[in-house]
Amino acid sequence: MFVRLSTAIAVICLSSSVALAQGAKLTDPQIAHIAYTAGEIDIKAAKQAIDKASNKEVKQFAQDMVRDHEAVNKQALDLVKKLKVTPEDNDTSKALSKQASDKLAELGKLKGVAFDRAYIENEVAYHKTVNGALETQLIPSASNAELKGLLQTGLKIFQGHEQHAEHVQGDLK
Amino acid sequence: MRRIALATLLLAAACVPARAATIEITMQNLEISPTVVSAKVGDTIEWTNKDVLLHSATARNGDFDVNLPPKKTGSVVLKKVGTVDYYCRYHPNMKATIDVAP
Repeated sequence: MFVRLSTAIAVICLSSSVALAQGAKLTDPQIAHIAYTAGEIDIKAAKQAIDKASNKEVKQFAQDMVRDHEAVNKQALDLVKKLKVTPEDNDTSKALSKQASDKLAELGKLKGVAFDRAYIENEVAYHKTVNGALETQLIPSASNAELKGLLQTGLKIFQGHEQHAEHVQGDLK
Repeated sequence: MRRIALATLLLAAACVPARAATIEITMQNLEISPTVVSAKVGDTIEWTNKDVLLHSATARNGDFDVNLPPKKTGSVVLKKVGTVDYYCRYHPNMKATIDVAP
């Protein structure tokens, strides 16, 4: 179960050599942490794009990402508070964060259309990876019904984002 | 006097056509349901946003642009005959259609 997420992350960050704990079962506090971290990563990427993007549609997409992920993460925070769960940092969250900061640095060097394309391409890939992880690992592993429900809602929203990103990518070509 | 009364009656009849209906449409998990509705001029369309996200009902032909904050409703009264395609400005994959008959 964990192996597949690790593989997905490994694929997306070919250059990074983050070792993930294999075979460990994810707990709810860890799942909450991963989901929240994944949202924060997309918000950071979007804020960079709001500053740097040259294309209006790309900029608008980035604004949509900030708005939606902040709303979903607020829901997540409210839920963990209600459930008295303390999100717990873990190797998957760490690997995601490391990969994301590398990507931010990489995209930071690009300008204009090259930045727009690279940002959107990464958004498509990133949403695919996170959605895959939600579907096959995080949702099935979640024990608490409310946490599972929030992850399921998140998945539907992020699938919408994936399609939106693909649409913007198509317009850029 | 009688003619005025008759005219008033006719005018009143013309002004009150078949009772206008309210058609409810839901936005949830980035989906609009139902995606196609049939309505008549004078009917009200009422959207309910069940998501925690901001949505809009934005007509492609510019007929309406209703902002729908999270967990709120918004409505519009249909004034023209025709097919109106609309979408959410913030989630362009959310698309739906209203067929407006006389």
